Amino acid sequence: MRVSRTTAEHVIEVERLHVHAGASHILRGVDLTVRAGEAVTLLGANGSGKSTLVKALVGVAAPSQGTVRVLGARLGTDRVPWERVGYVPQRAGARTGVPSTAAEVVASGLLSGRRWWLPRGWRTRVRDALDQVGLADRTESAMHVLSGGQQQRVLIARALVRDPDVLVLDEPVAGVDHPSQEAFAASVRRLVERGVTVLVVLHELGELDEIVSRAVVLRHGLVVHDGAPPRPRADHDAAAHRHLHPHDDEARRPAPLTQNPVNGSTEEVVS
Amino acid sequence: MNLLSELGWMLTDPFMQRALLAALLVGAGAPVVGTYLVQRRLSLLGDGIGHIALTGVALGWLIGAALGVAPEAFAVPGAVVAAVAGALAIELVRRRGRTSGDLALAIMFYGGIAGGVLLIGLAGGSNGNLMQYLFGSISTVSGTDLALTVVLSAVILLVGIGLRAALFSVSHDEEFAVASGLPVWLLNAMVAVVSALTVTVAMRVVGLLLVSALMIVPVAVAQQLTHSFARTMGTASVVGVVVCVTGLTITYFQDVSPGATIVVLAIAVYAVAAAVRPLVARRGPATDPHPDLPDDVELPPGARARTDQEVCT
Repeated sequence: MRVSRTTAEHVIEVERLHVHAGASHILRGVDLTVRAGEAVTLLGANGSGKSTLVKALVGVAAPSQGTVRVLGARLGTDRVPWERVGYVPQRAGARTGVPSTAAEVVASGLLSGRRWWLPRGWRTRVRDALDQVGLADRTESAMHVLSGGQQQRVLIARALVRDPDVLVLDEPVAGVDHPSQEAFAASVRRLVERGVTVLVVLHELGELDEIVSRAVVLRHGLVVHDGAPPRPRADHDAAAHRHLHPHDDEARRPAPLTQNPVNGSTEEVVS
Repeated sequence: MNLLSELGWMLTDPFMQRALLAALLVGAGAPVVGTYLVQRRLSLLGDGIGHIALTGVALGWLIGAALGVAPEAFAVPGAVVAAVAGALAIELVRRRGRTSGDLALAIMFYGGIAGGVLLIGLAGGSNGNLMQYLFGSISTVSGTDLALTVVLSAVILLVGIGLRAALFSVSHDEEFAVASGLPVWLLNAMVAVVSALTVTVAMRVVGLLLVSALMIVPVAVAQQLTHSFARTMGTASVVGVVVCVTGLTITYFQDVSPGATIVVLAIAVYAVAAAVRPLVARRGPATDPHPDLPDDVELPPGARARTDQEVCT
């Protein structure tokens, strides 16, 4: 590892972060600290701001207020060592006009602000990264012939190929079948054991239950829980549970929607 | 033997030598830039820039007339300036996302042509003067033109091939490129500038109205033959060189428009590639494309899909 891990280094530091997208106020003052070697999960319902927070962390979403520091460097002013950060976006980008192979996509993970060219021996590193996600035999396959789960694994390999110290993943197992989820959990476990700091957005803990050390729950752009991973609600998998909630920026909502259909409580449902 | 000696004559003709060298450079460079445009789904960008370049030609003409020098002298520099400015403007519009890129392109199309016709009239020229730029005039390539073509083509190939990894990353997944710390805005601007240079260089060979065809059609041919980005770019470049040189050679013997011949030839190659591909390409996945993945449901014996059926979506 290249990082000198002195005392608990703050790998990610977010202070009073506000993000607007058009007229909607998505993050409303988020504080978040992730220390070196931690495996933290970001939970929250749809629209709670998880993805926006992750995008703000990697410089894709611009904060309207507040500061973000990654590996000690402040976004927007300092030079962030992005070559030490691996980012796995939620979905493969919209299909582009020219097909590309898995190896070509993974190779783009080797570039950074300092390196605009592929380094020597990039083929070996690309093959190793694809091997880590179990796709060593798919190096020369075109992205569009791979299944959704395999495409997701290619994107994970693209983040791993630079041998990152921090890994930021946005719903890496959404729409991925069970065996792939298990394989993914195993590779995250290996990374955490190697000392990589992991921040992963999840919808439910699932296979990663035993790996994450801390959970941060967002609700309507605010952190409502930061600590031990919460248990899912007992009625979470009940037939009457509403997984999708229409969300309203005002605190007041029409009564029928705020009430949990099972126990009638007015507490909002966090999945 | 007769054909060979005819070709020999052609190669000793200095006009033809210059024209062939220009065709070779344009044929190699235009598809390289075109690959990035197709990847970004901006296939029509070259056309938009071409129309803007026409205004640049007329503007150069106007300046030349005002300064009392030969009006053609400033036509190509005018086209370069206008094309670069237009390409950067469209990149800015795309980035801001206020107007859709599609609408911005349409406005460029109309504004470019109208501006060109208006300015050439003011410069005391006629629409006929614009024709050689609209449809190309490769047989009249002068030594100065050739020097400019060589320099600009070198820039195009250096950026297009030399920065291929970074430009691929930005064109493939812009958000990931941002998260990698790549200077996304600078790289996007480079694609825009290189596209503009390609348009002005190719203007002499195929004309502004057909420039985009030389950037896009060879890429369409290459896509029929390969699945990799790098091989698409290489194949497209080879196709570009072959159709440009062949097309030009045909017009040495037959008095037809070189630009039109080159483009028709490129489209013919595309048609052949598209027709032949299903015959020669490896038949789609004959077996289960994901044999490593277990089925999600328990199937009763004998109920499995026949393996020659396409199961994945």
